[in-house]
Amino acid sequence: MFYRECSNFKDSYASDMAIFPIPLDRWGFIFMLFMAFVVVPLFTSEYFITNIIIPFYCFALAAFGLNVLAGYAGQISIGHAAFMAVGAYASFNLYGRLGLPLVPSILGGGLISAAVGTIFGLPSLRIKGFYLAISTLASQFIIEWVIVHWKWVSGGVFGTIEAPKMFLFGFIPLDTAVKKYYLTLCLMTVLMTFGKNLVRGQLGRNWMAIRDVDFAAEIIGVNLYRDKLIAFAVSTFYAGVAGALICFTYVGAANIEEFNVMVSFAMMGMIIVGGLGTVLGSFLGAGFFVMLPIGINQFLGSFMDVVPADILANIESILFGGLIVFFLIVEPYGMARLWHTIKDKMRLWPFPY
Amino acid sequence: MNEKKEPLLRAENIHISFGGLKALNDVSLEIYPGEIMAIIGPNGAGKTTMLNIINGFYKQDEGRIIFEGKKRSKKMKPNRIAAQGIARTFQNLALFRGMSALGNIMMGRTMKMHANIFSQALYWRFSQKEEIEHRKAVEHIIDFLQIQNIRRTPASTLPYGLQKRVELGRALAAEPKLLLLDEPMAGMNLEEKEDIARYVLDANEELGYTIALIEHDMGVVMDICDRIVVLDFGNKIAEGTPEEIKSNQKVIKAYLGEAEN
Ligand SMILES: Nc1ncnc2c1ncn2[C@@H]1O[C@H](COP(=O)(O)OP(=O)(O)OP(=O)(O)O)[C@@H](O)[C@H]1O
Ligand SMILES: [Mg+2]
Repeated sequence: MFYRECSNFKDSYASDMAIFPIPLDRWGFIFMLFMAFVVVPLFTSEYFITNIIIPFYCFALAAFGLNVLAGYAGQISIGHAAFMAVGAYASFNLYGRLGLPLVPSILGGGLISAAVGTIFGLPSLRIKGFYLAISTLASQFIIEWVIVHWKWVSGGVFGTIEAPKMFLFGFIPLDTAVKKYYLTLCLMTVLMTFGKNLVRGQLGRNWMAIRDVDFAAEIIGVNLYRDKLIAFAVSTFYAGVAGALICFTYVGAANIEEFNVMVSFAMMGMIIVGGLGTVLGSFLGAGFFVMLPIGINQFLGSFMDVVPADILANIESILFGGLIVFFLIVEPYGMARLWHTIKDKMRLWPFPY
Repeated sequence: MNEKKEPLLRAENIHISFGGLKALNDVSLEIYPGEIMAIIGPNGAGKTTMLNIINGFYKQDEGRIIFEGKKRSKKMKPNRIAAQGIARTFQNLALFRGMSALGNIMMGRTMKMHANIFSQALYWRFSQKEEIEHRKAVEHIIDFLQIQNIRRTPASTLPYGLQKRVELGRALAAEPKLLLLDEPMAGMNLEEKEDIARYVLDANEELGYTIALIEHDMGVVMDICDRIVVLDFGNKIAEGTPEEIKSNQKVIKAYLGEAEN
């Protein structure tokens, strides 16, 4: 009932264009920040932080990256996990071999991933839709193959390298879950803020225009080539950073298996379930994907003592797949849209119009 | 009336065919600064094709386009042509359906916004100032077209007439030197047509836009246009003021011929 624009008639364009024009949303956001920065690290278990929240943040970043490309710019990519792998291996090498500081290594991994992503984005200048999807699927296999066979990059056996010991600014050791958590959280918050600004600014509008009617976008002055390639670069930058973060703070090693084609599919699923073309949807989708197996485990655990791993995996796939189909049919804009619908109703409540 | 001025755009001896079909056959026309010019003709006459060539969406097989006294290279991309100052609307709406009315009209400003990607990511100083400045310009257009109450509505959910209006807004937001309108009043009722005719006239008289439009409603065309070019089966069959066109035998025959079919 108090969810209102709060009779504050907007008196400037700046306030009308704020990310959260409604006070309650703003408070909700501040509350989430408080939860993330204070409550989670202080009052939850190490298990929860390492196995749920850190991967949640990383996948939210990666899902946002894919959302930029697929949800905003309308260019499908079903090989996105490969770019996470590029970011992971690149940052491990920058940090472990070349001795760059930690944060620049992670961002550098993102930049190298962006460079590779831009090259794999070149086909989008010529082809669309299904054909582009296949060409991005090819990028998955090409990148995997190169990483595994290029020993200098992928190190030991099966394309696995252990994470080097991490130091922030060269002397603060990142040895506990909480410290790794803060690293992930800070990077995620900053990058998501930048990302939100991009998608609500002119570049984001250009992307959506390309997605909706590419020829009309071109005729109003959008440089299709440039903005599509920028979308690939930005998208794969986020994927690369997410891949690096996952390996540094969650897995503790760079392992090509973490980024196989199933992960690429899962990321498509995340943004479909969460919401195409929204930042919130990237969070919802990633959260859903990370929590789902744990939720099923808990649920089945209340019936049996030991849940067999294969059953768990199968139920997970079936549920996730079923939900993707459900959202594609019933609500193509995902959970984020459902949330907005509820909010719109509340805004006008109790009057239906 | 404007004959003594240099034309803003001159299309010379344009030919284009699709497969065996000759859609335009040696058509020449001029658009003079400050005028409202109409292209009329029966269905399939090649009117839309002409606009498509003028704004670079199609490339002519033969002939040339001269804009502001300079010959245009055939390789020029549509977005470069837009940057020279040509904007248009489409016969079958081409709105960005996933965006709000406001977002669509803001797209008209895209060429005028120069904040780079880093500045936009920070949304700081230059980028924010630029966004606000262009938002103001867009609000003027929203006021001009009287669509204040649908600002935030997704384009896809707007009724047809309003979608047409938003598309006009998007083209106006680009502040083009030449505005091309492909059947801006098609499918509208009388009242809506009068509204659009008013906006077109105001855009021409108050805002000083040069306009070339395609329209089937002869009443409207005769009322608001300074000059008319008539196409039939890809050929230009007449050109002149509304009075001259009304009494032109070829035109009457072309239209009667269509009515008989
Ligand atoms: N891309 C294309 N490919 C093939 N044929 C085309 C193409 N564009 C136009 N044509 C053909 O060229 C001819 C002229 O089409 P155009 O759209 O210019 O007509 P028009 O005068 O705008 O008609 P209407 O009043 O129905 O809009 C038509 O016969 C059409 O089928
Ligand atoms: Mg037409």
